[in-house]
Amino acid sequence: MPATSDDFVSLSKTGSRKLPTPPQQKNHGNFIVSLGAMCAWLAPKAEALGVDLFPGFAAADLSYDDDGAVQGVIIGDMGVDREGKEKDNYVQGIEIRAPITVLGEGARGHLTKRAIKKYDLAADADPQTYGIGMKELWKLPAGRVKPGHIQHTIGWPLPSEIYGGSFVYHMDKDRVAVGFVCALDYKDPDFSPFEAFQQFKHHPMMRELLEGGEILSAGARAIVEGGYQSLPKVEMPGAILIGDSAGLLNVPKIKGTHQAMKSGMLAAEQIVESKSSQGFDARLRNSDIMAELKKVRNIRPGFHKGLWRGIITAGIETATAGKLPRTLSNHADYQQYRKRNGHRFDYEFVDRDLPPRDRLASVYFASTEHDENQPIHLKIVEPDVCFTRCEEEYGNPCTRFCPASVYEKVEDEGGKRIQVNAANCVHCKTCDIADPYQVIEWVTPEGGSGPNYINL
Amino acid sequence: MKILVPIKRVVDYNVRVKVKSDGSGVETEGVKMSINPFDEIALEEALRIKEAGNAEEVIVCSIGNKDCQQQLRTGLAMGADRAIHVVTDGSVQPLAAARVLLKLIEKEGPEIVFLGKQAIDDDNSQTGQMLAALWDRPQATFASKVELSDGKATVTREVDAGLETLEVDLPAVLTSDLRLNEPRFVKLPDIMKAKRKPLDEIALDELDVEAAARLELTAYEPPPKRSGGRILESARELVDELKNKGLL
Repeated sequence: MPATSDDFVSLSKTGSRKLPTPPQQKNHGNFIVSLGAMCAWLAPKAEALGVDLFPGFAAADLSYDDDGAVQGVIIGDMGVDREGKEKDNYVQGIEIRAPITVLGEGARGHLTKRAIKKYDLAADADPQTYGIGMKELWKLPAGRVKPGHIQHTIGWPLPSEIYGGSFVYHMDKDRVAVGFVCALDYKDPDFSPFEAFQQFKHHPMMRELLEGGEILSAGARAIVEGGYQSLPKVEMPGAILIGDSAGLLNVPKIKGTHQAMKSGMLAAEQIVESKSSQGFDARLRNSDIMAELKKVRNIRPGFHKGLWRGIITAGIETATAGKLPRTLSNHADYQQYRKRNGHRFDYEFVDRDLPPRDRLASVYFASTEHDENQPIHLKIVEPDVCFTRCEEEYGNPCTRFCPASVYEKVEDEGGKRIQVNAANCVHCKTCDIADPYQVIEWVTPEGGSGPNYINL
Repeated sequence: MKILVPIKRVVDYNVRVKVKSDGSGVETEGVKMSINPFDEIALEEALRIKEAGNAEEVIVCSIGNKDCQQQLRTGLAMGADRAIHVVTDGSVQPLAAARVLLKLIEKEGPEIVFLGKQAIDDDNSQTGQMLAALWDRPQATFASKVELSDGKATVTREVDAGLETLEVDLPAVLTSDLRLNEPRFVKLPDIMKAKRKPLDEIALDELDVEAAARLELTAYEPPPKRSGGRILESARELVDELKNKGLL
């Protein structure tokens, strides 16, 4: 579906005002596609060229040679029960070796995280910063959708101190993709990104669009927002980072796919030409990919001081094409929380009646599936922290930032604990990023588990 | 002994099925497809029979368009020795499927044809039974346990009143119930090996069977939406409500 028109709108609780569309968000000549559907279309083409694809097998860990270089990946075991014991259908994961391993696992890849730590790849970079994106695909009554139309909003329901906004893509067959992105450096530990998304859908303008429609599918995923300043070294012995594993998303454009594709092509050139990971960092940094990120490097951190100062910074940076001799810094999201101290921020929220009622109702539309009898793939490394410090200081934000209601506070004979409903997980990685004490670790569940998104 | 396992490509059991807005069928665009789970159980049982030394060859077959080959390759990766794809772009109803399978039986001479008890897309539960009638051989359906000895199969089947045990002479048609076994995970190296296993294609037209649809599907409709529930305060109130609705 070719993009036909763009609107950029600032919302208040009941009103809306069209603003000039920022140049980065103009989509003329672009196409609206479901990335999921595109990948499914691409897969058989790659296979026809002789590429082996193994969906349903999780790369659980990196494999290292005697010199400490990456030599491939280790596939997770299948058929292990909740206690870690082997079931009748147990299959041991195999190791796959490769001269060069290319890590393209999306934002906050769990192998990338380990590699960055082991090789200290982020030593010279700012901390990485992220957002959470949530999306629903709706089918609307006939005649309401304007195919090719794109709308972005800023403002309500987010207060100025939270960076984020919405997107609405009008597609074919009476479908619209409605989504919301919130930066994960929000300060209020009581904030719920999911609630903000649902609130947005109840703005009079959106309500008019959606009412009477039905949700076809829904999902969530962390996205990487650090860009130029936060880019780690993208090579290590035996392996390289591409796409959002490296962190190449262009924030003002709200797009990372083109960067991911280009970095994949660069990786291919690197492998063919030098058969080594050495030199890939320089190759990437000297490419158009990096030039594009450099130009917009100050726009995202410009919003640290609120929406309107951010817009001014964005205006200046856009007008000067990023040529001003300054680079604003990024900060680590999880360090931005304010302690609660009894204070509650007052959001201008409204009563909701559009589906989904709550996060569990939303997860239903993700068709996520995990065999319940498998080890929990969200590990709370230091569970003591939850009720000695986190509850008091931040009120356990994991119970709010997770879009799938995985983390639930329960109190029974054994006392208070965080119950991890791992089977609800949609693999968005937000908990691994946004937990204030960094004690949640996302590891791969049994291969083939996870959301079954359709046309998302 | 040869075992023939027919498998059907269906919408994956995790997918929330949507009816197309024009009511002409079920949405399959962009939807994950899999081997019908009961067929997968049948294949698993056939492989276990072979691994126990009671069969020499397991042949997996499917009827449908090119996309079926994905499921046949999965069957080969699970351990089937070879695959037969009967190619057609049209829809295949149970009677037509049974007729096609009879042709394959005539060609291959299996001792057991092991099917799923039903496909999870149309839930007909007819193909195995029709095939047994056309083939004029015994059938033991809804098997939850299968034992073989001296050219006979002893089959435990789940029936409403409990368990029923049948003994059938081979060759016979067996169909699998859910609790027969838990299918294995496919191993990654076996996916590579499966690419080199033989997969024969036969055009449906070449088989000379009457495959035209006998049933016409007029409309698909999602189940009516349920109106929201209510939480009542007491049992008394519940009784009153039920009386008001004329249910008591």
